[in-house]
Amino acid sequence: MNAPTHATTPSAAPSAVERTRNRKVYAPPVDIFETGDAIVLTADMPGVDEKKVEVTLEKNVLSLRGNVETGAYAGRSIAYAEYDMGDFERSFTVSDEVDRDRIEAVMKNGVLRITLHKTERVKIRKIDINTE
Amino acid sequence: MFGPTLWRFGGLLDPFREIQRLQRDVNRLFSDVRHPAEAEFPPVNIWLGDADGVVTAELPGADPQGLDISVVGDILTISGAREAEQLKEGEAYHRQERNFGAFKRTLKLPFQVDANKVKATYERGILEIALSRAEEDKPRKIAIQAA
Repeated sequence: MNAPTHATTPSAAPSAVERTRNRKVYAPPVDIFETGDAIVLTADMPGVDEKKVEVTLEKNVLSLRGNVETGAYAGRSIAYAEYDMGDFERSFTVSDEVDRDRIEAVMKNGVLRITLHKTERVKIRKIDINTE
Repeated sequence: MFGPTLWRFGGLLDPFREIQRLQRDVNRLFSDVRHPAEAEFPPVNIWLGDADGVVTAELPGADPQGLDISVVGDILTISGAREAEQLKEGEAYHRQERNFGAFKRTLKLPFQVDANKVKATYERGILEIALSRAEEDKPRKIAIQAA
């Protein structure tokens, strides 16, 4: 085996900044649908704990990030693999019709559900037609 | 790449088909959606030890009560359904990448499973099934007797 080109021993004084992770990153499959007063986004992020999910809205970009703990099973080796575990990340551009203060995110069973409420003035007002 | 296939039959094969096929292949290469549509759902990984094994499946958003896991001999069957979002009148999808509906996967394991000792847990969208090898199936060491 070649000698590693990066540091392999933990530093004696670990810093408080976020460590970089040597992990594959995948884009989670996402469903987006629109209801009368909100846009709902559901993303499949299996293996992600609800505390390890990050949803950020910066300027017009909504970013989803989920970190996964890949546990190998002690004493057993992988015999057949159809999926690989990795972190999830995906970004979307949101339009002005989304109310930035009213975004809700719920994580359950590996599915992240984000509800983006629309701002009041964008809700469609149905105009009644009066016959003369 | 266009040369021999196009000219082999003495005339021009439809060049647009070749170009479309190339476009599709390149799109697939660059697409970063994880699971192609033809793959089986849910994807499973199988971890094996000497006397036991763990089958893990990526199954986010499933109802654990609705999952059916059965073991017969060395065959493990996982079936269930993932419910689609029920949209009301006037609601519409902008994008639909996740798949829904009923699924069933049958896996053949390299050993007979002890049906009494199967344990399944469903956490964070991952279904984990711990299986152990049946007693009758464990290899027996045969001592060689001195002649």
